[in-house]
Amino acid sequence: MKIYVPLDTAAVAVGADEVAAAIVAEAKARDIPVELIRNGTRGMVWLEPLVEVETEVGRIGFGPMETADVPFLFDDLEGHAKALGPVEEIPYLARQTRLTFARCGVIDPLSIADYEAHGGLTGLRRALAMTPADVVQEVTDSGLRGRGGAGFPTGIKWNTVLGAEADQKYIICNADEGDSGTFADRMIMEGDPFTLIEGMAIAGLAVGATKGYVYLRSEYPVAIRVMNEAVRIARLNGLLGADLLGSGKAFDMEIRVGAGAYVCGEETSLLNSLEGKRGIVRAKPPLPALEGFLGKPTVVNNVISLATVPVILEKGAQHYADFGLGRSRGTMPIQIAGNVKFGGLFETAFGMPLGDLINDIAGGTATGRPVKAVQVGGPLGAYLAPAKFDTPFGYEEFTAEDALIGHAGIVVFDDSADMLGMARFAMEFCAVESCGKCTPCRIGAVRGVETIDRIKAGDSAAVELLTDLCDTMKEGSLCALGGFTPFPVMSALEQFPEEFTPAKEAAE
Amino acid sequence: MPDALLADTQAEALHNILAQHVGLEGPLLPILHAVQEEFDHIPAAAVPVIADHLNIGRAEVHGVVSFYHDFRDLPAGRHVVKICRAEACQAMGVNQMADGALQKLGLEWHGTSKNGAVTIEPVYCLGLCASGPAAMVDDTLHGRLTAEKLETLLAEASA
Repeated sequence: MKIYVPLDTAAVAVGADEVAAAIVAEAKARDIPVELIRNGTRGMVWLEPLVEVETEVGRIGFGPMETADVPFLFDDLEGHAKALGPVEEIPYLARQTRLTFARCGVIDPLSIADYEAHGGLTGLRRALAMTPADVVQEVTDSGLRGRGGAGFPTGIKWNTVLGAEADQKYIICNADEGDSGTFADRMIMEGDPFTLIEGMAIAGLAVGATKGYVYLRSEYPVAIRVMNEAVRIARLNGLLGADLLGSGKAFDMEIRVGAGAYVCGEETSLLNSLEGKRGIVRAKPPLPALEGFLGKPTVVNNVISLATVPVILEKGAQHYADFGLGRSRGTMPIQIAGNVKFGGLFETAFGMPLGDLINDIAGGTATGRPVKAVQVGGPLGAYLAPAKFDTPFGYEEFTAEDALIGHAGIVVFDDSADMLGMARFAMEFCAVESCGKCTPCRIGAVRGVETIDRIKAGDSAAVELLTDLCDTMKEGSLCALGGFTPFPVMSALEQFPEEFTPAKEAAE
Repeated sequence: MPDALLADTQAEALHNILAQHVGLEGPLLPILHAVQEEFDHIPAAAVPVIADHLNIGRAEVHGVVSFYHDFRDLPAGRHVVKICRAEACQAMGVNQMADGALQKLGLEWHGTSKNGAVTIEPVYCLGLCASGPAAMVDDTLHGRLTAEKLETLLAEASA
């Protein structure tokens, strides 16, 4: 019997380890040989722990599993109370277009043989046979844009690094996924780590970098363990090191752990942190592409950007670019979270209306109450009320609504949400996490909290002050932390003005 | 406060850590993580030793220690409970849950219980946003928390 139990944080946090142990114990008691594989998650988080049993008709799912449900797995599979049928036929999964996450949840994350059997290393082999400029061109042609949030074309960034002359260049993977509502980076690092390693190796070949780092946040202990193990295995198998797959070309990498500073997800702050300094934002220029890690030309890309490169090289730029909408090409792993019935990761081509994702795919709220607003793009993303739910999921389409897709996390709130409270939290978070380098962010966030408290206390003049403060932060901050905190604040204020009406006036 | 000195065994452990990190590019964060793993905090007396070793100023090391939420200059409780306060967990009612738990323990955020058993810290996202509210007890993760489950976790950690 071959049984899969996810090792993903989202499964482990709701008892997957206990379920796995119960399976081993039950199999032993019944003297049935079981091959237990700890896979990544399929991304249907509400079904976790989602156990899969391999049968003649494919992999059958069971979930959410509890240890008490385990013995019945060895009796009547079809009649099992938690049976979900063939996993790949579950509509949530069947409706997705999985390019970046094609292997996630399917394979044993730490088996190179499994990885190769599912298309892994094809992209790297192809890249090894191409010139660096051709690899960069391929990525440019795919239309891939930075998945961390900024949406800058990846190929153009790579081209700048390729053109820079230096004795050493670096590939830095930004795995400091601090935005609430996002977990795609964590999920791929835990479920298909070799994809990220392959993507970084291809990036290294493309720009002439021989060394890479993954800057991984400390809040992700499972991802840290899996990535370290994957790097070790990759080295043993010639996927990293002085002689990549026998090509004579070199690329190696290390996993580095962050220390709990949200601002280190900003690329220049990340570079300082990696160098062993305080995570203070650097002014640009110089661009990291020219003067990055230790002053050398550096590609800084998000996990998903890099993890998408192998499939682009494997299937060709055109295949990837054929998906999408407008200037948003390819697919986006959208993370649907918060107060939601069917939360998880939904990878699909750009262009799906926001409301379809929330009401149709995710089934509305977990509490069953009406959706009041959703926050898209993390703590620096705007709140969108249902009136904006026809906005198609794309970079420019969201910008037109004074919003951003960021790292594509959607946090759903029901009608009990306190929007003034959420606006205050955005300012409070900015104050806690500000690196302190620029005044609009360092001081502005503190004043923002105070100003919102004044509004709450009944000072109607403070609304104009808050608007003005948000303008200053937006225009005057060095990075997105101070510069984008006004998005959640102003979007809450503009769409829910009644909640910012001074209590005194409301009572009159 | 005069600089406390490291005991001989501590000094030896620190030198071992420093020796293990020779040759790294940007070694300070990995060193500090290892020091905290060993001593449960960054002892003030370790700062000048690390600074000398890396040929940087004490102020620079201190600046790094104080910048990052993870590094502490005093030992934490025997267990550290990190409760996620980010938006996705708030959407699932973590604020009320956490306030209730803190009140019951008589603690504020970052506080340590009197018996030294547990320190409660806020964390901004554990990546469990589709299974909130979430918390981490030491290195163990917990999702889909209810007020009762959180209370049980805290009771276990406080024992």
